[in-house]
Amino acid sequence: MSASLVRAAGWFAVAVVFAVGGFVLPEFYVTLLNYIGLYSLVALGLVLLTGASGITSFGQAAFVGIGAYTTAVLSTHAGLSPWLGLAAGLGITLIVSVILGLLTLRLSGHYLPLGTICWSVSLYYIFGNIQAFGGQTGMMGIPPIELFGLTFDTGRRMYFLIWIFTLAALLVSDNVLHSRAGRAMRALKNNAQTAENFGVNGGAMRLWVFVYAALLAGLSGWLYAHLLRFVNPSPFGIAMSIEYLFMAVVGGAGHVWGAVLGSAVITILREFLQDAMPGILGRTGNFEIIFFGALIILLLQINRDRGFGALFDLYKRRPPSPSDHGLPAVARRSGDQPLLSVRGVSRRFGGLVAVDNVSFDVARGRIVALIGPNGAGKSTLFNLVTGLLALDAGEVWSNGSRIDRLRPHQIVGRGLARSYQHVVLVQSASVLENVMFGAYHRTRRGPLAAGLGIGGEEEHLTVTEAERQIRRVGLEKWMNEPAGNLALGQQRLVEIARALCAGPELLLLDEPAAGLRHAEKAELATLLRELRASGTSVLLVEHDMRFVMGVADEIVVLNFGCKLAHGSPTEIRRDPRVLEAYLGGSVK
Amino acid sequence: MLLTQDGLVNGAIYALLALALILVFTVTRIIFVPQGEFVTYGALTLALLQQGIVPATVLLLLAAGVMAAALELWSGLRSPHRRRSVTLAMLYTGYPALLSYSLYYHIGAPANVAAQVLVTLAIIVPLGPILYRVVFQPMANASVLVLLIAAVALHLVLMGGGLLAFGPEGGRTSPLIQANFDVGVMTVTGQSLATLAASMLLIAVLFLAFRHTLRGKALRATAVNSVGARLVGVSPETAGAICFTLAALVGAVSGILISSITTIYFDTGLLIALKGFIGAIMGALGSYPLGALGALVVGQIEAFSSFWWSAFKEAILFASILPILLWLSITHPATGDEE
Repeated sequence: MSASLVRAAGWFAVAVVFAVGGFVLPEFYVTLLNYIGLYSLVALGLVLLTGASGITSFGQAAFVGIGAYTTAVLSTHAGLSPWLGLAAGLGITLIVSVILGLLTLRLSGHYLPLGTICWSVSLYYIFGNIQAFGGQTGMMGIPPIELFGLTFDTGRRMYFLIWIFTLAALLVSDNVLHSRAGRAMRALKNNAQTAENFGVNGGAMRLWVFVYAALLAGLSGWLYAHLLRFVNPSPFGIAMSIEYLFMAVVGGAGHVWGAVLGSAVITILREFLQDAMPGILGRTGNFEIIFFGALIILLLQINRDRGFGALFDLYKRRPPSPSDHGLPAVARRSGDQPLLSVRGVSRRFGGLVAVDNVSFDVARGRIVALIGPNGAGKSTLFNLVTGLLALDAGEVWSNGSRIDRLRPHQIVGRGLARSYQHVVLVQSASVLENVMFGAYHRTRRGPLAAGLGIGGEEEHLTVTEAERQIRRVGLEKWMNEPAGNLALGQQRLVEIARALCAGPELLLLDEPAAGLRHAEKAELATLLRELRASGTSVLLVEHDMRFVMGVADEIVVLNFGCKLAHGSPTEIRRDPRVLEAYLGGSVK
Repeated sequence: MLLTQDGLVNGAIYALLALALILVFTVTRIIFVPQGEFVTYGALTLALLQQGIVPATVLLLLAAGVMAAALELWSGLRSPHRRRSVTLAMLYTGYPALLSYSLYYHIGAPANVAAQVLVTLAIIVPLGPILYRVVFQPMANASVLVLLIAAVALHLVLMGGGLLAFGPEGGRTSPLIQANFDVGVMTVTGQSLATLAASMLLIAVLFLAFRHTLRGKALRATAVNSVGARLVGVSPETAGAICFTLAALVGAVSGILISSITTIYFDTGLLIALKGFIGAIMGALGSYPLGALGALVVGQIEAFSSFWWSAFKEAILFASILPILLWLSITHPATGDEE
């Protein structure tokens, strides 16, 4: 039986369990499950937003409010169908979230949550102060949802509607997380610059996730309004936003079912505490927040943001099966222009000139090594070439077109892929997934298609491609191992495989041989020569001189940001300036 | 003019809070949402003392102290610094125990205003380092995001604790200074002048202490580079504890100052802290003078919008953050190398 069939059977079984539950469970549990479903929808958005992409929002309840109030106003005041209310609510949520996302998502880490707190407080007061919305007392008499002559006017009937939507959202979100888009989100959370280097447009991807989470919240609001048939501002305030985030934290950041687990834990705990607390404290009041707060602090101290989601690690969705051929090869651009041409490039950090008027070319099919003492500006040069740093002066060209004005995520499309001096892999993800991410810019499948299960063939091609590159660096034994379990030298090889998966014409390797054993270095050298033979050029930074001298066709020597020498290994070995820079004195 | 005066007084308090928030953030990377709870605790503790009641916050302090001691012993007894952690644990439990014992059985609530303020500070300020020890020190190396969630969780715990200690009723204190001055057509209350003066003084003291004392320099070093500071012998734990002491001090003082101007409820803290945050954000969470200036602006926006369109006061105030964020996002684009 194929993996996808097993999966389909699993989801079907879950759906049957929930359907049967809807008929046999007593009223009390149905109500409880209704709330759990509503909260799960919102928490699910946060699993993608916070868990996968590393964006924290304290404003989800406000989106729930937008969904609820829109349908309340349209269906009571204007007498329109709740389904129109749903469309309008989602539409408004979409517009508001796009605007807020554009405003806040470009901000670095800590402003974003503060920003979300502020606009959610602002929206809360708007709900409570518009007379047409009934002010603080709210609006009553919201009509029930009708569909095909069926009226969803009881909790039990709403149960089916709520859980149809919730299960569908879980399925879609699970698909997204296990797709090209999900890999991009995790890469973005892990290290935004690396994600950009492999072609992820970080801003667009963050906006997509933010809007998706907002729409789930808006949907939850619509269901909420028609379940209670009454809305007032209080469930849409900052307190509830915090609670949603807690649900996502309790459920763990990495798994869609964590959202359901987190919602269930918090909802049931609150139910229990509200019964038990007055007995303990002899007073009534909102005291369960003490417990929730303490629980979250404890959980974070023990387990950071993984929550109880580790429970779901037992169930690991298998990667798609490989197909018989890999991704179509990236079209090689012809011409005799150099693959990289660095022309008079300079970069200052304050008073320090890290790179000073450096020029050199990397021709097709050449291995060029960049050497120099520590602090010579080698890694800075890599960052300048791959668009992570802006140039102060000079130009960078590739294959006859200028690339120094491109955004980082556009450069990989020009045939440049790189590895990093400090390994940047998603440590918890498998080697295979990390390498698959390398093919991001060669593939097209967006999050929406992935969510709906369209265009899955591409995933099979990507797996094949990634497996091929992993074999190429000799790591096939560790394919499904989490990248973090590998030795540092092996992790460098994973980075090389990931860069190869991008199908580059020019491979930029930052200290690829560091941490490798002797035999592994020899294999790496063989691999680099193979690449050269197939027409790929390599620019590498390396301190192991024996390795460099053995593999490089040309060597560029940097010292204090300036180009000191450029020539064949033999020339460099004899160059008195190089000897002086390295040995601190002239060798007579 | 009256509005300007109102705005100035509130703004001065927000400025104090903004400074505390910037201090805590730069040194410990914690976005300290519970800062507002120090304000409410300070205000309501003083309010209870003025009614002649020994406030239950002292018991909260004791409870937190016991937890801190337990944690200290748990981690300390297996480390080479056993003596130090035993001393700390005794301090964590001994001080609150002594304080509650003497308050409940000997002194009671003092009648003298100055003594009331002192007792309030004696209860609230130690909460800072104790809470740091219990909540944040065990996860000092976590990401900004995780620390923020923990801060929000602590805010909830403290808010619940506040409800427990003070009940749902609001509290208001009588002005510390009764005098009024007539300046032209308007009356300036002594309290608002005192508030302004006290905020200015505290800001100046903090500023000078940072510039010129060794501890201040150590804190600044930790803010710039915590690993580097540790290498030259500045303990990040000590730095964190000092920051939280200062934050608690600033919060309690703000609470004492504001409590005669507005009624404070157990859940007022978040809104007050958020206004401080807006000020701090205007200063891009890094610059003290800009943060203070931003907070004064917040005070003005609040005063004027409450006059013209009071129902939407908070909405306007918090929406005013959006253009600021937009401006920030253009000038400080996400570099992505945060966590």
